[in-house]
Formats: sequence, structure tokens, C-alpha cells
Amino acid sequence: MTSLMGNHSGTIGYSFSEPTSANVKQHSFYPYTDNGGSTLGITGADFAILAGDTRSTSGYNINSRMVPKVFKIGGDDETGEGANIILSVVGFAADGNALKEKLDTMVRMYKYQHGKSMSVGACAQRLSTILYEKRFFPYYVHAILAGLDEEGVGALYSYDPVGSYEREQCRAAGAASSLIMPFLDNQVNSKNQYIPGSGEGHALVPKKAEPLDKETATKLVKDAFTSAVERHIEVGDGLQLVIVTREGIEEVFHALKQD
Amino acid sequence: MDKLVAQYSRPPHQNEMYSEQEQQDLTASVPPLSLKFSLPPVDNRSAFLRAMTDDHSNPSCPIKLAHGTTTLAFRFQGGIIVCTDSRATAGNWIASQTVKKVIPVSRLSRGEDKKTNEPTPGLLGTMAGGAADCQYWLRYLSQQCTLHEIRHKRRITVAAASKILANLTYAYKGYGLSMGTMLAGMTPQEGPALYYIDSDGTRLPGNLFCVGSGQTFAYGVLDAEYKYELTEEEALNLGRRAILAAMHRDAYSGGFINLYHVKEEGWVHHGFDDMNPIFWDTKLQKGEFSNVTSAL
Repeated sequence: MTSLMGNHSGTIGYSFSEPTSANVKQHSFYPYTDNGGSTLGITGADFAILAGDTRSTSGYNINSRMVPKVFKIGGDDETGEGANIILSVVGFAADGNALKEKLDTMVRMYKYQHGKSMSVGACAQRLSTILYEKRFFPYYVHAILAGLDEEGVGALYSYDPVGSYEREQCRAAGAASSLIMPFLDNQVNSKNQYIPGSGEGHALVPKKAEPLDKETATKLVKDAFTSAVERHIEVGDGLQLVIVTREGIEEVFHALKQD
Repeated sequence: MDKLVAQYSRPPHQNEMYSEQEQQDLTASVPPLSLKFSLPPVDNRSAFLRAMTDDHSNPSCPIKLAHGTTTLAFRFQGGIIVCTDSRATAGNWIASQTVKKVIPVSRLSRGEDKKTNEPTPGLLGTMAGGAADCQYWLRYLSQQCTLHEIRHKRRITVAAASKILANLTYAYKGYGLSMGTMLAGMTPQEGPALYYIDSDGTRLPGNLFCVGSGQTFAYGVLDAEYKYELTEEEALNLGRRAILAAMHRDAYSGGFINLYHVKEEGWVHHGFDDMNPIFWDTKLQKGEFSNVTSAL
């Protein structure tokens, strides 16, 4: 339409310059913002950790230094007291919040209706269907869900934006996931580690992955984040650590570099 | 006397089957296809979805979905072999190396309910294409198959199950679903049965299928060695070898080899094994992959 008008005005010969179609910029519907940041989860025999940095960015701007990415799901009140499942969301914070609210409501409704807390496995599948309900207008988030399963073993589920999910030992998501995930593969799942002196060349025996204890896992999380902060502009400011054990949920904050 | 007449003038099995009303209730209770998906507020929804999620046509798309696969299944004299890789990719990023791409269908007899080496009755589905699409719709299919099992007191046939899925994908044609699925199972009515269903609405019965980005490599190996008379041992090894070839040549395939055998009594899992030691074993012990150097 624009180019048609341009041609026409050219033949009439207005004194003012005709509108150039080249400068007409068409804006498409773009409902997302990437708020940066990174999240990470590790599980062990009797615990699950979810962590995330607290920086919120938009482009090259840092909009806030204190926006937590890890939430308690299914608590008795707004503080999350009484919850036994945690969720981390990274990507577009508004979508992440909406998702958290929705899952939280559903887990609480479940508790009221059935008189018992939802298992992590059930909650994991519910989250998958919630994400898939928006298959044709997706949530721009990478979610990780964690808690303890029916045997009391740490359980962690990771999701893609439209709800494909998988139970894993560890997972990094968000801006610095490509920096953190290889580190986790090596340190948590003992990938590409071999038993020294077990053989030569192709005969080398790979090291078997063993479940970590809570202290080691916490150290790994901190190391992963301090390193990610050094090499990624969207990660920094604060580290939120949320740990689920049989005793309940423990939440701590640590400082990260502020630049 | 009247009582006697009443007793014998009624059809003998009147109350044993479903009444017409009951039958109607049963068919009506199948949920309608529209499952309340939220849609973007734009005219061209599939174009929006493509702009946001299709990294093939738009490498800088914001939402990268998990993709990429090699899966295969073939019928032989001893049943059906189903084998897959385990890699999921989002763009160039390897999102996971431990995806379970073989999904047991039918909840009443799912593998996780009992941890034995006994065959588990039920169907197997494979996933290729969008990970979420496959997981979600095979879960939906599981639900339908379970309901079928409860209503009719017998397991669903593979033909019927595959048709539920094909009708579904056909109803959502043009919405941007991406899935290539194989359904394998053995029922008394059909014997070993294998179907291919994809997001275009295609549904094909067949003896041998490979699906995914590495399908051509798997076909290459499979077509060279396949025959119906294969022994169980040979068939398992062929399935594993074909996936190995695809993992080696296709960048979007890799990780672990997931191997299943469908028998008359049900399916048996034959391992979820790291491809790396298997590759070097195939090369160094059997002398295959001679184009690859083993020098360190």
C-alpha cells in the first residue's frame, strides 16, 4: 500500500518530498523481554538446591539488583511457609511470575481438596501441562522444579518453554547456562573424568558419578555463579540459594560482584 | 406362570452388554479436541509462533524449543525392535543428552509401576521433532488408551491407538505442531504392529521406519542388513548399530542408545547405554568405522 501511494504522488508532482517507503518500519507483535540472569539446580541423596542470581536486566540496562528467581510453591501463606516444592524461572520475568502464581495456586488448591501435599512428581507433570497450555503463545521461561520425592531423595525437573520435561541430577538455565552446564556435567556427573592409572588411552576407565553431599553441592553452586559473573554481563549482584531438606526449606542470600 | 414367561421371554444376555444409552454416554465422554489452548492476540498465529520459536527459519528466534533426533523401529520374526538416541538440541545448544525418547503408552501397565525384568504389557511410542509436543500428546494418548482399557476390559489395538493420535495431529494441522512418532505394540488381534504418525496427519502401517534428522543414516545401515528372519540377538544389535551410525554422522543425534524389544507378552528394555564406549568397541574390536583414526 505504501509503495502504491509513493508511485502515484510521483506522477502528480507534489512540491514536498514524497514519502519513502524504505523508512517505513513495520513493528510486529513482540510480547517478550529477556530479563537475563541465570538459575541452577543440584540434587543429592537427601536434598535439592535451586539457586539464581538476583539481577534483572533489559538490554544493557540493569533495572534492579534484587529480583529473586526462586519461589516456594504451595506454601500456607505469602511467605511460602509450609511449602515443600521450589520453582526457579528465568527468561521473561513477567511470564515467570504468572507461571509461578498459577502453579502455586494449583498446588494449594490440591492441598485443600485432597488434604495432603502434592508430590513433586505430580507437581512436575502439572507444570508441564501448564506450560503446554500456552503451546501456541508460549511462556518465555526456562523453569526448574525441585523438592524431595516420596522416598525423600532429592528430585529436580527441568523444562523447556513449552513443557517438555525430564528428571535430572543437575541443570543450569538462563543467560549463563552455556557457561555453567559444562562445569556441572564435569563436577556433578563426572563427565570426561577418568580413574588415574586405570589404563592407557582407550582402556582408561571412566569415573562413576556419585551423589554429592549438601556442602559440596553448595560450594559448586557458589563457584558456578562467581565464575559466571566474571564472564556474563547479565549475571551478578546477588545469589539466592534455596535448599530443600527433610527439615524444610532454607533460604540464604550471598553477595555477587556489583559491576 | 406369568413369572416364568417373563423370565424366558426376555433376551438371555440383555443386561450383559452396554445399553444404547450407555454406549452413547461412552462415546460422548471422549473429550472434544479443543483443549483450551491460549492463543496469541494476532491475525496470523502460526506466523507469530514461527517467528518466536522456529530456529530453522529464524536462527535468532527468542524461544528455542528442544528438537532433533534419530529414532527407528522395525518388525522382525521375533517381534519389534525400537531404538533411539537421547540428544535434545535447541538451536546449536545441546539441551540434554539424557532424553528418554521411548515413551510407554497406557498407564495401567507402565514400566515405572514395577521394577522387574519381566515384559511390561502395553504400547511403545517414540518421539522425534518437538520434545514437548511428543511428550504431551503421547501422555494424552496414554490417557485415552487407559480409558479404553477400563471401558472395554481389553487393551487397545495399535491401529486404534495410532488413529487417535493421527486424528489429533490432523485436527491441529497448520497450528505448528512438530512430531514424528512411531507406535509399536503386539495385540492378540493384530500380532506385532508398527505405525508411523506425524504432525501433518500422516498415519502409515509398516515393517520398518526411521524418523528424525538422522533417519537417512539409520536407513542406510538398516536397509543393508535387515531381513525379517533376523534372530532376537541380531535384531537388537542391528537396531543399536543403525542408531550408532546416525549418532556418528548426524550432529543433532547423540548421547545414549535407548533400546527396546516388543514381544508377545509386552516390551522389554535392553539398556540406555553411553554411545562412546560402544563406538570405540565397534571400531577397535569389529574393525568398522575405519575412516576414523584411533590415534590419540
